[in-house]
Amino acid sequence: MDITEKILAKASGKTHVRPGDIVDANVDMVMVHDLTGPLAVEAFKRIGIPRVWDNKKIVIILDHQVPAESVKAAELHKMLRAFAKEQGIRFYDVGRGGICHQVMPEKGHALPGTVMVGADSHTCTYGALGAFATGIGSTEAAAVFATGKIWLKVPETLKINVTGKFKKFTTPKDLILSIIGRVGADGATYKAVEFAGSAIREMSVSGRMTLCNMSVEMGAKNGIVEPDEAAEKFLEGRASKPYECFKSDADAKYEKTIEFDVTDLEPTVACPSSVDNVKPASELSNVTVEQAFIGSCTNGRIEDLRLAAQILKGRTVKDGVRALVIPASQEVYKQAVKEGLLEVFTDAGAIVCGSACGPCLGGHIGLLAPGETCVSTSNRNFIGRMGSTQASVYLASPATVAASAVTGKITDPNELEA
Amino acid sequence: MKVSGLAIKFGNDVDTDVILPGKYLVLISPIDLAKHAMEGLDPSFPEKAKRGVVVVAGRNFGCGSSREQAPLALKYAGVKCMVAESFARIFFRNAINIGLPVIECRGISAAVEAGDEVAVDFDSGEIRNMSKGRTLRGVKLPPFIQEILADGGLIENLQRRLKKK
Repeated sequence: MDITEKILAKASGKTHVRPGDIVDANVDMVMVHDLTGPLAVEAFKRIGIPRVWDNKKIVIILDHQVPAESVKAAELHKMLRAFAKEQGIRFYDVGRGGICHQVMPEKGHALPGTVMVGADSHTCTYGALGAFATGIGSTEAAAVFATGKIWLKVPETLKINVTGKFKKFTTPKDLILSIIGRVGADGATYKAVEFAGSAIREMSVSGRMTLCNMSVEMGAKNGIVEPDEAAEKFLEGRASKPYECFKSDADAKYEKTIEFDVTDLEPTVACPSSVDNVKPASELSNVTVEQAFIGSCTNGRIEDLRLAAQILKGRTVKDGVRALVIPASQEVYKQAVKEGLLEVFTDAGAIVCGSACGPCLGGHIGLLAPGETCVSTSNRNFIGRMGSTQASVYLASPATVAASAVTGKITDPNELEA
Repeated sequence: MKVSGLAIKFGNDVDTDVILPGKYLVLISPIDLAKHAMEGLDPSFPEKAKRGVVVVAGRNFGCGSSREQAPLALKYAGVKCMVAESFARIFFRNAINIGLPVIECRGISAAVEAGDEVAVDFDSGEIRNMSKGRTLRGVKLPPFIQEILADGGLIENLQRRLKKK
């Protein structure tokens, strides 16, 4: 069995499972946020049982419309706050957490070998620590609140074997965009995607999170990396309880294995309006941008901010460009303050906003007007994703977005003058 | 369960951001959500769908965000059921969980034109284009999913199962 199958077998009390089996899995952790939680709470109340199945296995995080951008959002936040209090559920309020997919691993809620579900499609991020993690809807989250169980079809696994060494300004984001470009926006639908190989072993947990995070953009059920020393080191002092690490058997059967060598990988950009529409950044130098966004659950971690700061240090954001920097969590924010990164951003003319999802989903700050273009480190470039349906979004790494903020055009960071 | 209606067609990779843009996620009432169904692709969709329609779509319908507001908006705008070449997995589960019947069927895009009358038999998996006299076979849903749909959704299904215990 591979790692995904082993986790699902354990969670459903079986010794062996095969792709296509439908299992009733015990859930170790369920998460909802401010845009999916309210529907989940309403659905839970309709079920008609007074208490959740296990309040220690539920987390609620406010991160999308944060701080409340309207009276409606404030009402939803208030409702979730009250539900969490009534049920004794761990609740991350405004200023106490940040983006859910950063907070879950940081605060030790995401653990290897566990089944994690979340009412957000990017829940698959936690596969970076060797968890089976997948996105669900609000009603399904309510059913998990009530029963602690979920039906899952054991997926076929697509293995992506990555070798080689990244060049200076090429990052895991460029890799995942290039993978999605090759596999296609629905190329991994219903499947598990297992990232393996020497380049993954050498990659930080932060980089692995970027890869697993965007697995859903090729349709995957989950993205996963075998937990190793890097994962265990990340979990030191964070893990909320003991955990078990699973590894794929040497004779595990994969639906398919795809090889990637990152040695010659160039800074890569996903053009509007699908994530698999990828091109090298160097071919897009005619695209002018009005906004550059560095943040999100894909690329708002300290490593990402360091990389962006390395490029923005001593440079200025081009007139006519709004550069937004949003640390993914309060912890990242604090670290960025300590390292002087926020000063670099501020000096360059970027605005630093409080830890939240920001413009990524077009619900809150940093929206685009018709005809405007944003180059963004986030994960989706769909029509209307960041505001107007007549605006465009290009997805890229923090290095490419920072370089583009300086020139006002999509720019390969290697092409910026020293 | 049998459902029929006139077809409204969509292409491949229709994402949840165009089905229900993020700025409307603070709306809780399905009636309010329905007013914005498909706004990113066709703002006149709620008007077209209100008499009850069958959505016929290409590959990967509902990709992107896990927002259940997307299938909710479609259902309350008047979508009676959906047939697609394939669905994105979270959308597929969400649709079933809120009681909107969905079925996958290879070749459906070519077999149906907008405005055709389509009849779907969810028990047999058979999809009939009444206007063209063609029959296609979709991927039959497993019995436990058919039960969820017959109950009207996952919450109703759960209520019934909990009562039995």
